[in-house]
Amino acid sequence: MSRILPYLLSGISVGGQYALISIGYTMVYGILRLINFAHGDIFTVAGLLMVYAAATMPLYISAPLVIILTIILGVLVEKVAYKPLRTAPRMSVMISAIGMSYLLQNTMWYLTGGLAKKYPTLPWISDKINVGGTTTSRVTLITPFLTVILVIFLVMLIKKTKIGMAMRAASRDFETAQLMGVKVDSVVSFTFIVGSGLAAVGSMLYFTNYATVTPVVGAMPGLKAFVAAVFGGIGSIPGAVIGGFIIGICESFIKGASWTTFSDAFTFGLLIVILGVKPTGLFGESLTEKV
Amino acid sequence: MSKNVLKVENATMQFGGVVAVDNMNLEVNEGEIVSLIGPNGAGKTTAFNVITGVYAPSNGCVWFEGDKIVENYPHGKMQKLYKGQNNGKYSHITAPTPDRITKLGMARTFQNIRLWKSQTVFENVLIAKHLRTTSNLFSATFRLNHAEEKRQREECDELLRVMELDGVRDELATSLPYGQQRRVEIARALATQPKLLLLDEPAAGMNPQETDELTAFIGKIRDNFKLTVFLIEHHMDLVMDISDRIYVLDFGKLIASGTPEEIQNNQRVIDAYLGVSNDA
Amino acid sequence: MKKNNQRQGLITAGIVIVLLAVLVLLDNAAWVPPMLLTVLRKGVIYALVAVSMNLLNGFTGLFSLGQAGFMLLGAYSYAVLTIPVENQTAIYQQFKNGGLHFSITESLTNVMGEFGTLIGVIICLIIAGAVAALFAYLIGLPVLRLKSDYLAIATLGFAEILRALVQFEKLGPVTNGSNLLYGFTSFSNFQIGTLHLGTVMPFLFSGACIWIVVLLINSTYGRAFKAIRDDEVAAEAMGINLAKHKRMSFVISSFFAGISGGLLAMYQASVQAVTFKSAMTYEILLIVVIGGIGSITGSILASFLFVGCSEWWLRFLDNTTVVSLNGKIASVIVICVAIVGVVALIFWRNRKKAFADKRNTIFLTLIVGAVLLAGQIKFAISSSLQLPLLRSGFRMVIFSIVIMIMVLFFSKGIMGDRELPDLLQKRRNAKAAKASKGGDAQ
Repeated sequence: MSRILPYLLSGISVGGQYALISIGYTMVYGILRLINFAHGDIFTVAGLLMVYAAATMPLYISAPLVIILTIILGVLVEKVAYKPLRTAPRMSVMISAIGMSYLLQNTMWYLTGGLAKKYPTLPWISDKINVGGTTTSRVTLITPFLTVILVIFLVMLIKKTKIGMAMRAASRDFETAQLMGVKVDSVVSFTFIVGSGLAAVGSMLYFTNYATVTPVVGAMPGLKAFVAAVFGGIGSIPGAVIGGFIIGICESFIKGASWTTFSDAFTFGLLIVILGVKPTGLFGESLTEKV
Repeated sequence: MSKNVLKVENATMQFGGVVAVDNMNLEVNEGEIVSLIGPNGAGKTTAFNVITGVYAPSNGCVWFEGDKIVENYPHGKMQKLYKGQNNGKYSHITAPTPDRITKLGMARTFQNIRLWKSQTVFENVLIAKHLRTTSNLFSATFRLNHAEEKRQREECDELLRVMELDGVRDELATSLPYGQQRRVEIARALATQPKLLLLDEPAAGMNPQETDELTAFIGKIRDNFKLTVFLIEHHMDLVMDISDRIYVLDFGKLIASGTPEEIQNNQRVIDAYLGVSNDA
Repeated sequence: MKKNNQRQGLITAGIVIVLLAVLVLLDNAAWVPPMLLTVLRKGVIYALVAVSMNLLNGFTGLFSLGQAGFMLLGAYSYAVLTIPVENQTAIYQQFKNGGLHFSITESLTNVMGEFGTLIGVIICLIIAGAVAALFAYLIGLPVLRLKSDYLAIATLGFAEILRALVQFEKLGPVTNGSNLLYGFTSFSNFQIGTLHLGTVMPFLFSGACIWIVVLLINSTYGRAFKAIRDDEVAAEAMGINLAKHKRMSFVISSFFAGISGGLLAMYQASVQAVTFKSAMTYEILLIVVIGGIGSITGSILASFLFVGCSEWWLRFLDNTTVVSLNGKIASVIVICVAIVGVVALIFWRNRKKAFADKRNTIFLTLIVGAVLLAGQIKFAISSSLQLPLLRSGFRMVIFSIVIMIMVLFFSKGIMGDRELPDLLQKRRNAKAAKASKGGDAQ
């Protein structure tokens, strides 16, 4: 137990962070049927913003500021790169997403000069604590609880509020929802607000465990979070969260078994297995094409 | 008695709890023109999709020229939902993909025209010849098959002439008027060298004049290409003029079959479908 | 008709010979900027990858993002097979007894001299392609059943798995783990006497491969691919075996990606797994999009443009200072024209919309444009030669903005789905029609 515990703890923690990022993917995919390749880069931008913000401001100002700025960036990306292509073929929108990711990465490289920036030590949540005989930072324990609380809040929002209802309508049938008077543009914007906000929170938790931020560091966790979303059934928020935790924990054990080279490969292997066995993921709904 | 080309036996198609086609039996004999009619949502296109391999039926089988080409029996979830007869008569799954069925000599058109949009009329027809090519990838790439290629091109040109499409040979197929697009689709199906031609609502969206032309046309291609034709149609004029026999489908069930006169005088059919437009 | 074909063949052959002669000249002339050679070499290699990706994405309609993975396989296969035996101990120093202890090119060179090297390289390139094709076949079995974006993400995943696999320590004796492979036969090895052939060879290899792809696309199989792209259901109903043809396209595309990986290894003279990241696939995809999805000549043109811009023509954006006043004025003019151009473009795109719909866009564009222009003017009247904004990395920012503009405003790319010869032909036909009309009038 004492040998497994540290891996389990770090797995749950990383899994929670993946879960927070994957919600952004799954919600956007649910509504626009688009893999938002730029989401991983938005996550990285949040990390970089925190580096700059924390250098001049105390945490209680910098943290909300970073979340707000990330949200603005997320919405801006949608307005610039996806909204003009709403009627274009899906492939063009995906290409636009890839182009946006390329742009964000290059801009970050330009701003940082390509150097790795030291991530600030956030007070309190970076503190070391002792759990069951193993030392870990407090963020490890906070992450799963924060994730679950945020997800419950989000699910309530989607189930109970009017905008949540609009989101469900848009994800079921975008065009019909539009015809029925749902303001799809504001629904999409709201989706990006929620997705980017959660990505910002996820980035704060994620980078606390790492010393530095580089412009390309977000690409891999971004893709893994997407895999988590597919695993759980794309479009389903609880699915994305469970997928995130499963991938995080598995990855942590693989690293523990000193197979680090394959921790990324494992995630994609899992993706291919799930797509082969159950293409709709754990909680996804299947769509059939009419002939 | 001519031999039958197509035989559908006890075919049932269920989607969840909905029975789209219920225990359907029908036969199409060589050289006949047979129509399948029925109100909207009666399951006509589903029947077509079962015959051409797009769906595997929940139960039943399809024979083509004396060979069993599709067979399935209810299993898994379907067994629970299954309400049809002949349970246990079939015990094998034979579900070839549509391309294999087409290769056997059965070609179809679509209710909503599905032409290859970036290709010209000629290319649309030529691509349909692909399944009859004998050359492999290597010989096709390095043009070692030019004899075959030349023959296929000539066949396609000939086909376009017969179909009176040679005037629009190099136009984009989807830029043509509706009636011509239908004809391109039929030409494309004929290019696969079928023995049985399945037409899914060939006159949909056509004006009366175009429909008349089509009626004459279908008879002509039947004689020209020695085909058997099985079609789904809404236009009663066309169906009554052209058909040797008619099957009537309502809520997934066959309710009548026979010659056009028999169908016109069948009370069940009149009740279900023709009663509304009998005076026409 | 036949005579016409013959004439066309002669013209093509003439163009090819002239092109090769020019390349040999460029290779050996002293006044040629080395950057030009870099762009030509890398550009033609990227052209092959882009064409191979276009075969899949543009002609078969399969959205795959695995190209970097197959290039990686090709590059490693090529490198491992051609490292000379005597270099192997030094290169594989991390792994005792590493390397294959034979080298195809070296053995053939010993037997047949320089001609043997060429044969060896060709054999190794084909093996490189074959390895990639073999993996593509295996990967294709589970993956090709997936629909559009799932396929994209699964192939992207496979590329990452391959990258991890190559870096795996247990495979170290062959792949050298995550360390560099170098010292194998590269383009600089190609010379006859003092005649350098370092640029001609990649053109020959790439050109031959692209020619094969073009032949394939115009064959009956290529037409079947296009049918699948246009309408899968109709294609299947017309007797085209979807699984078989998709796999065929995937395997062929990977084969050529593998060869181009081998060529890239030759160009770089070294191979390391980290270079074959998904970012590389994205770059190739952007080339395909810029050139026009479904256009071979578009892909080729875009490759040279892309490589030229990223390696050479935009390089000035990375310099922090200009040397003279003239340079300063020139840079101000260039940037101002660019800003005005982009603003005009956005206006032009929105010209048909009602004012209320485009109000926000217009104000935002005007404000940003004005701020940027003001910055330029301030810089122009100041005495400093230190360019504002310009520093290392700015080139790529501008470059990616240009790409975004292309993707958003010219989604058809430079060629759409047409080919260069078609365009020229159309032009000539139009001219002929005009001429005959003129003749009638008289």
